[in-house]
Amino acid sequence: MKAILAIAWRSAWARRGTLALVALSVALSTFLLLGVERLRSDVRQNFSQSVSGTDLIVGARTSPIQLLLYAVFRVGGATNNVRMDSLQDIAKHRAVAWMVPLSLGDSHRGFPVLATTTGYFEHFRYGDKQPLRAAAGRFFSGDLDGLYEVVLGAEVARRLDYRLGDQLTLSHGSGEIAGTEHADKPFTVVGILQPTGTPVDRTLHISLQAMEAIHLDWVAGVPLPGQRISAEQARAADLEPKQVTAALLGLKNRAAVFSVQREVADYEAEPLMAVLPGVALDELWDMVGAAERALLAMSALVAVVSLAGLVAVVLAGLNERRRELAVLRAVGAAPRHVLWMLAAEGLMVTLLGMALGVAAVVLAIAGAAPLLQAHFGIGLTLAPPDATQWALLGGVLAAGFLASLVPGWRAYRLSLADGLSPRA
Amino acid sequence: MIDIEGLRFRWRGARADCLVIDRLQLAAGRSVFLHGPSGSGKSTLLGLLAGVLLPTQGRVALLGQDWATLSGARRDAFRADHVGYVFQQFNLLPYLSLRDNVLLPCRFSARRRQRAQAAAGSPAAAAEALLAQVGLGAALWARPAAQLSVGQQQRVAAARALIGQPELVIADEPTSALDAALRDSFMALLLQQCRAAGSTLVFVSHDERLAGQFDEQLALAALNRAPHEATA
Repeated sequence: MKAILAIAWRSAWARRGTLALVALSVALSTFLLLGVERLRSDVRQNFSQSVSGTDLIVGARTSPIQLLLYAVFRVGGATNNVRMDSLQDIAKHRAVAWMVPLSLGDSHRGFPVLATTTGYFEHFRYGDKQPLRAAAGRFFSGDLDGLYEVVLGAEVARRLDYRLGDQLTLSHGSGEIAGTEHADKPFTVVGILQPTGTPVDRTLHISLQAMEAIHLDWVAGVPLPGQRISAEQARAADLEPKQVTAALLGLKNRAAVFSVQREVADYEAEPLMAVLPGVALDELWDMVGAAERALLAMSALVAVVSLAGLVAVVLAGLNERRRELAVLRAVGAAPRHVLWMLAAEGLMVTLLGMALGVAAVVLAIAGAAPLLQAHFGIGLTLAPPDATQWALLGGVLAAGFLASLVPGWRAYRLSLADGLSPRA
Repeated sequence: MIDIEGLRFRWRGARADCLVIDRLQLAAGRSVFLHGPSGSGKSTLLGLLAGVLLPTQGRVALLGQDWATLSGARRDAFRADHVGYVFQQFNLLPYLSLRDNVLLPCRFSARRRQRAQAAAGSPAAAAEALLAQVGLGAALWARPAAQLSVGQQQRVAAARALIGQPELVIADEPTSALDAALRDSFMALLLQQCRAAGSTLVFVSHDERLAGQFDEQLALAALNRAPHEATA
């Protein structure tokens, strides 16, 4: 058997040009299968890591997924705001431990700005109930002296190269319209958070009062003409927010979550809703699950096509190799040796292709991870394959082996029929 | 050595027998010239002698062993142990070196590997000695077979058929692709090497001018009583 493997290797090497192309197509399909699966599981991982320890998210009535997307992932926007007095009312409920209001809408060079209270740093949890920590500096103070203080997510600081003490200005909205800078009210970086692998990394955090202050002289998204309130004058104004975008709720007792949710939904002064982050995430997965499955199915099809190509190429070459098979028979090889030689060839090509595909996935993750992190906040990690990915790799290998048996079997039949005198 | 009795062979799907031989016996160590026109069943007879084909009826035995009583795998092993084969052309695996081509039978037969080892110290040394004897110098041994001329390739094939001293060497028109000068030197070489190894040589050709150099001549047309319509 060792003899026939050595010969199979030499024979395949002699036809390396064609076989390399087949190996490339196997590599491509391995890359697709593994890449799609990796992306899928990492995105899920990222999303489900993004919020923990929050029992309910409260916002204006909309779809639970939309509320989750803008409140936690800073994707999309709210159609309606929530009145602050409603939230304060809800916060007084006996089951509620804490309430953190969130106000979104502004940005800085593409990164979203979140206005909140100091309670955010105290109560927000991500991953496995991990709190936010400052890698440098401190959280904003939340009082008037520290009105124009900003705390940066790790990715914001890294990408824009900000250090403690740096000054920056915020843009109104997504910052795509020129002339909508809050240029008159610069902020000072007082803290930089540790990386979390969540949307927090891409967020700039300011106090709700600061958010009010920079919008004092704005109406309906544009600066009021002829009216300017300087940064110092703003300190004297009433900076208590009247409405915010959403709020995070923590309960004293998780068992009360459904009754609180119902009471929020029944809140009479304003149409509100409360969602459980986990339930909303599940709904989101249900929605994107179909697309994921379609993508995975496409990748599986590509794998099938590439293995069909393998079979076709080896089969097509077989007729020209009938002499080779006859020579092998003449020096003592049995038809089963010929079968294994062809099967080994297919398996070698499959294995080589898979190795190339895995290498490509590793390179792609290493290359694309910073980009994905910067643009979508999705952290891809270079990790050994998980069970699903091993299963996919095993599936490709098994399919490759089975596919290789097809030309192997054909060669077996041929060499039985031809014996020593191929009628080619 | 070779013992054929009551042989009838018919290709599957054919309507008539293509080979009918009542009796043929060849003694060990002899060189036999088997001639016959194309279509007289020469290749079929060689297939039967080498145990690749089995008779429809009758018995073909090599070294007292009836091919038909062996399983397929045992036939392949028995052939690897006892038979060297030279084709008309395209004998070599083009991607292997000369040395590796000659060594091929030793990869499939432990018996021939041991014999080669006994003869020269190692199978590789035996292969190199044989290559030297057929006139291929050390500079060529590591070269891929694809780079050789047809004449050189046939000599490598002869060396391969002889390695490990198989009892039977079958040569199927090995000179038909060679010109006259090459043919004569190849013939001399093959006969001399078979004699040295003590191997029986069955040499098939339609070129009767070669017959004189052999111990025995057989005319297949006279031997084969099958009706003349058949296959190659």
